[in-house]
Amino acid sequence: MITGEPIPFEARLSLRIPLVSAKVQAGFPSPADDHMEKSLDLNEHLVRNPAATFFVKVEGDSMRDAGILSGDILVVDRSLTPKDSQIVVAMLDGDFTVKRLRRRDGRVFLEAENVAFAPIEISENQELVIWGIVTYVIHQPR
Amino acid sequence: MNFALVDCNNFYASCERVFNPRLIGRPLVILSNNDGCVIARSEEAKQIGIKMGAPAFKNEAFFRQHQVAVLSSNYALYGDMSARVMEVMRPLVPAMEVYSIDEAFLSLDDTHGEDFAREIRARVRQWTGIPVSVGIAPTKTLSKLANRLVKKTPQRQGVLDFTRIPDADAILDMVPCSEIWGIGTRLSARLAPMGIVTARDLKYAEMANVRGALGVIGERIARELGGLPCLDLEELPAAKKGIASAKSFGHPVETLQELEEALASYTARVGEKLRAGRLLAAHVSVFVETNPFSATQPQYNAGAQTTLLQPTNQTSALITVALDLLRSIYRVGYQYKKTGLFVTSMSFEGAVQLSLFEEREDKVLAQSLEAIVDQLNRKLGANTVRYGSMGTRDTWAMRQNRRSRKFTTRWSELPVAKA
Repeated sequence: MITGEPIPFEARLSLRIPLVSAKVQAGFPSPADDHMEKSLDLNEHLVRNPAATFFVKVEGDSMRDAGILSGDILVVDRSLTPKDSQIVVAMLDGDFTVKRLRRRDGRVFLEAENVAFAPIEISENQELVIWGIVTYVIHQPR
Repeated sequence: MNFALVDCNNFYASCERVFNPRLIGRPLVILSNNDGCVIARSEEAKQIGIKMGAPAFKNEAFFRQHQVAVLSSNYALYGDMSARVMEVMRPLVPAMEVYSIDEAFLSLDDTHGEDFAREIRARVRQWTGIPVSVGIAPTKTLSKLANRLVKKTPQRQGVLDFTRIPDADAILDMVPCSEIWGIGTRLSARLAPMGIVTARDLKYAEMANVRGALGVIGERIARELGGLPCLDLEELPAAKKGIASAKSFGHPVETLQELEEALASYTARVGEKLRAGRLLAAHVSVFVETNPFSATQPQYNAGAQTTLLQPTNQTSALITVALDLLRSIYRVGYQYKKTGLFVTSMSFEGAVQLSLFEEREDKVLAQSLEAIVDQLNRKLGANTVRYGSMGTRDTWAMRQNRRSRKFTTRWSELPVAKA
């Protein structure tokens, strides 16, 4: 008669390490192999200067005719020096506002792009801080 | 060659002001994790006498009376803004050492003086919105000292080249030893009996005596005060001595399960940090605390520690150990305020002896798994993938009632511009 304990054995997870990541196919290699390029990265297109670029959300319709609608996301570059007629994010009376910067005869205006909104003239005792320049508008069509 | 120390002015407060213009020109304080005490102040807050470390709950009335803006700390924002400030400066100089979240040492060419410092300052300010001060000197110790002087003298407009000061010794004579970088209160107490009270005293002290009192590092600092460079830029961070993760709970916690979930989360964070630094830890300590400010509740503080057979940076292994330690010190019937762990006895990956008892294959599998977890969490946000023991309810999460939005790291929290 044979008696005995069951032989203990250790359950182990097997480990597979891929040796080759691409499938090996018979026949001719793909003609595209020598021309592989990395896919397009939107950051490269929209963000020229990452350290100085911020995203800002839009609320309101005053820039409608410039293609900036409520809910859009602005790509704002702070490294650019503001010039006349650029669309800017400015600090005005404690809020951020997006408008077109206009300089005329030594006077400074923030102009809307919607007839329902009058241009805002920056008076001499008002401080206007241009926070950044809008370089792109990210808009989802509805 | 000169060094420049660039220091962001009131960094946390300045970060907040970049995104909230209404905070400009008024006293602003930032509170510690859990809104406990003041850890950062705007210039206006300093001027009305608010001290670092002031407990928030004792000062509510004072804050209201002086219309002080009070915010919870927003480290996601400060971390991102810090990285931006560093990235603006990096291409401008031959070498840079990021010294802390808001300070960096730069090496400067000989032609680069105050004009160049003003350019750096203007560029950081325009690109990121953060104001900085720059101290230039032939040594790191003096550049740090120059930076302090800049902040105390507004007419310098944020820039000081120590090499161009006509009477440097007179200035050094106004700086007590305790304010010198690397000396501090404790070491300056050893110098005072020798008649060394100011930075000028230390500069002209007998170096053998300084070495006797402060050791080699102290001697280097003294020589640096005399303009002899002894400390180099450390472009790569040295192996840290330890990593800790501990936070107070928003509400008192009683059950072991909640403590376990919290501790597992902190442990996962420590594991991530270890792996990011390619470090291994061999020693794990865990502790629990009740609230020492609660006069009515029974108090209990305890800690436990263990040395690992094999140094590790794997979250799964660390969690197992940490939770065992926690269970060994947990007692029923207390209202816990805080738990945490620290890992020490650090070494670099690859510098470790393999243990005879190590199960090699399991370890490789675990490593690749954790690399994937780290990648997912980096891409999709912290704690997207979690260990089961971390729980999903976060009932213990810290109190941050007054945190501003994560303006630069969350799509759902972007700053808003009115159109």
